[in-house]
Order: sequence, then structure tokens, then C-alpha cells
Amino acid sequence: MLTNRSKLVVKKEMTFWEKIYLPAIFSGIGITIKHLFKKSATVRYPEQTREVSEIWRGQHVLKRDEKGAERCTACGLCAVACPAEAITMVAAERKKGEEKLYREEKYASTYEINMLRCIFCGLCEEACPKEAIFLTDRLVSTDYGRDGFIYGKDKLVESVDNRIDVSKRQTPAVLQFKKIKLFSHNK
Amino acid sequence: MISFLIYKAILVGVVFGITLFIAAYSTYAERKVAAFLQDRIGPDRAGPFGILQPLADGLKFIMKEEIIPNVSNKILFVLGPSIAMLTALMAGVVIPWGSTLVINGETYSLQIVDLNIGILYVFAVVSIGVYGIMIGGWASNNKFSLLGAIRASAQMISYEIAMGLSIIALIMMTGTLSLREITELQTGAVGSSWNFWNVVYQPVGFLIFLVCAFAECNRTPFDLPECETELVGGYHTEYSSMKLGFYLFAEYINMFISSAVISTLYFGGYNFPFMNDLGMDQNIITIIGTIGLFIKIGFFIFFFMWIRWTIPRFRYDQLMNLGWKILIPLAIINIFITGLFGIL
Repeated sequence: MLTNRSKLVVKKEMTFWEKIYLPAIFSGIGITIKHLFKKSATVRYPEQTREVSEIWRGQHVLKRDEKGAERCTACGLCAVACPAEAITMVAAERKKGEEKLYREEKYASTYEINMLRCIFCGLCEEACPKEAIFLTDRLVSTDYGRDGFIYGKDKLVESVDNRIDVSKRQTPAVLQFKKIKLFSHNK
Repeated sequence: MISFLIYKAILVGVVFGITLFIAAYSTYAERKVAAFLQDRIGPDRAGPFGILQPLADGLKFIMKEEIIPNVSNKILFVLGPSIAMLTALMAGVVIPWGSTLVINGETYSLQIVDLNIGILYVFAVVSIGVYGIMIGGWASNNKFSLLGAIRASAQMISYEIAMGLSIIALIMMTGTLSLREITELQTGAVGSSWNFWNVVYQPVGFLIFLVCAFAECNRTPFDLPECETELVGGYHTEYSSMKLGFYLFAEYINMFISSAVISTLYFGGYNFPFMNDLGMDQNIITIIGTIGLFIKIGFFIFFFMWIRWTIPRFRYDQLMNLGWKILIPLAIINIFITGLFGIL
């Protein structure tokens, strides 16, 4: 009764026309023949890909800065924010001579996301204070075993020559939002 | 005499080949029709539009491991699908696939044999078909198979009565059991000789026959012998490899033969409108007629599939209700009415 959509069930005797079923069958085959001429809803996947939103949340990327150093400082905020507990990392201290590789004194020596656990909610991206992790419009590819779905830094960190564009997700409005001290992750 | 035998042997081979070809492509058509009716595309990977799909399916069936359960009766287990396949193929013998061809002054009939009890022969062969299912289901020594087999035999027996009674009205009208003579009586249809197809005179009989044909072929809404939701696979639960293939194949052959019988009995067989008015050569009329017959058969095969993807399965008591309480009385009333019209 809350939705006003409940219907009163009436158990009445069927009329003669309902009893012989034929009109119902004819209307049924009329409906199915209409579908014969409808456009099929299939997307032939490997050849065709479905159009996705500009801010589609797919496979993650760990960004580098303009000089090619990794932005991630292994603070662990993404792992804490993750509702599926898919992210694990091990922090390490930057040695002398590694300034070009890592932006700050601390970095993630291993960074793993279990793609089978991940629900692609984007909370890691929201939590990240260093603009290091982003979700992209790439799909996580299939695999035969579960081990293959644990993505390490080799798959997550973008390569220096082949940068991944996240400008669609990192708009000025998003950056502004991340600076508001009202939200818990910026306190 | 020798040339007669050679001609008949060739004809048997051709009919056999065409039957298998159409049955194979019915499996493809079934999947395609199902897909189109559900706004999908269907198989399209094997060859252009998936046209080689039946070959791939057949190859798969042959390559699969063949399992005969230890507890089964091995002879009967193998005999089951053989009977199903054999009887399915046998019914094609009496169907007139076309009129006569005249080559070098000799007349060749496009019917393997014109039995004067043609339609009775079809009934006899079709009712042996249930033995294949019953023996197979029983020999499997599996309760699901047995239940499927019992359902199949009960269903066949129930619906064969209504089917036979619906045919009696037609036979009263035509006065012959030979399929060729029944076809010849419908010659012309429209044109100089106004012989309408039998469906015009026997609409109720046709309807009963159609419903019973669905039941005899174990097609939805009467596919209780193999209903997956209740009986795993029904009578063929224990079957694998080509023996399973034979069962499934026999079902499609049965569908083809039923379509051919329906077309012959009620839709004029190889006759087409204005066939005698366009002044065409006998051979050309025969060829067009044969093509026409296959178009009719194709339509009915499509109709079988169309119904399958429209109507859900009957419950078992509903099935029996329909067979015994509705179709049989209706068929008897139909006989009486036909008799009355015959007297008047």
C-alpha cells in the first residue's frame, strides 16, 4: 500500500473465450512476431564496443607527475577508504638518487589492487590527497586464474612515454571539491 | 525394371539427403528464430551468418566422449536412439514430394511409394517412434529418464487418438487414405477448377491435427518428456555424444515430416494456385509445385519454432485435460458434422 501499486487479486471464473485459450495464443504469437522485426539489442563485443560515459570507472591507473616521478606516497588513505578492501601496499623510504623515480621521500614499493574484490566505486580516487590514483575508461581484461586479477605496480603505474589521460575525471571542480576542509578526508 | 529400381534408389537417396539436410538446418533455424524473436542475433561465428553452425554442432557431437552407464541395459540403450532415428526417417517414404516428371516419354513420380493406406502407414511409423524414447529412457536406469519416457508414451497415446479422429473426418471427405490421391483432390485450388485446400473444409480438423502434431513431436508447449526444469534432460538424461545427437536430430526430422504431412493433408501438398491456367509444361508445374511444397513445409517448421518461443510448457494434468477432455470430444463432433454435410 506504500507505493499504491498493489493490485487486488480477483479469482474469477474464466469466460468461454478465455477457456479455449486460442485468442490468448494468437495475441501471444502476434507479440513474438513483432519482435522478429525489431532491432537486436546485441553488441558484438570484440568487434564493437559499447559506448561508455566520459567518467566511466574502469581499471585504475597510478599517475606520475610531469617529470615522470610517481605521485603515490603510500599514505594508505585509499586502502582505508576502500569498502571492498581490495587495495594493499608496502611503503618504503626513498634512497638517494631515486629523486627522479619518486616525488616524495616515501613511496609504495608494492601496490596491489585485487580486481576481483574491487567494486569500482571510485572512493580510492576521492580519498587520494596526492592525485595519484584514478579510475580510467579501460576495462579490466579477463583471465583464467584468480592470481591474474591481482594487479601490481607493473600494471597500475602509467608508463612515462604512454601517459593515460584522466582530464575528464580530474576537472577543476573535482580539484576544488578535494580542497574543501568540511569533508573528512581533508581534515 | 532395372531402370525403375535405379530411379527409386536415387529418389530414396535424395529424399534421405534432403531430410537430413533440412533437419540439420532446422537446428540452426531454431537458434536463429529463437534469437530473432528475443531481439538477439544468434549463432553468427561459424561461416557467414553462422551458416556452418550445423556442421560444427555435428562435429562436436561426434567428437564427444561416448558414455554408456554401467547400470544400463546396453543393448536397449543403443537401440533407443536407433529406433527413434529410423522411424523418423521412414515416414518420408509415402509423402508425395511432387507431381510427375516426364523425361523421354517416361513418367517418373516424385513419391517413393504410393501406398493406398499412406496416412495409416505414417501413423503406424510415428507411433513406433515413441518406442525409441521409451526404450531409451527405460534402459538408462535413471529415474529422470524413466519419468520422461513414461510421460512421452502417455502423451503419445493420448494425442494419437485425437489425431486419428481428426484425420477420420478428412478421410470421410476425400474417401481415400492414399496421400497422393488426397493431394490430387486439392489440385488447382484457385483458378479454372475451384478445389480449395482441405483446410477450408476442415478448419477444426486442421486445428486438432496441428495441436496433436505438436504433441507428437514433443515440441513446446508439449515438451514434457524432456522438460529441463523438472527432469534434468528427460528421457535423454544419460545420453551423450552422437546418441544424444540422434535423439535431438530425430525430433527435428519428426518436425519436418509432420510439416510435410500437414502441408499434404490440409494445404494442398505440391499444388499451387492457378497451376493449370498458365499453360505451363508438366515438368515446370511439377518443379514449381515441389518448391511450393517445401515453402509450405518451411512455413510450418517456422511455425513450430514460433510457437515454441511464445508459449510456456503445459502442466502434466493440463496436458491430459486438453487431450482427453477437449480434443477428443471436439474431434468426434467434427466427424459428426462432416458426416452431416456429407449426407446433405
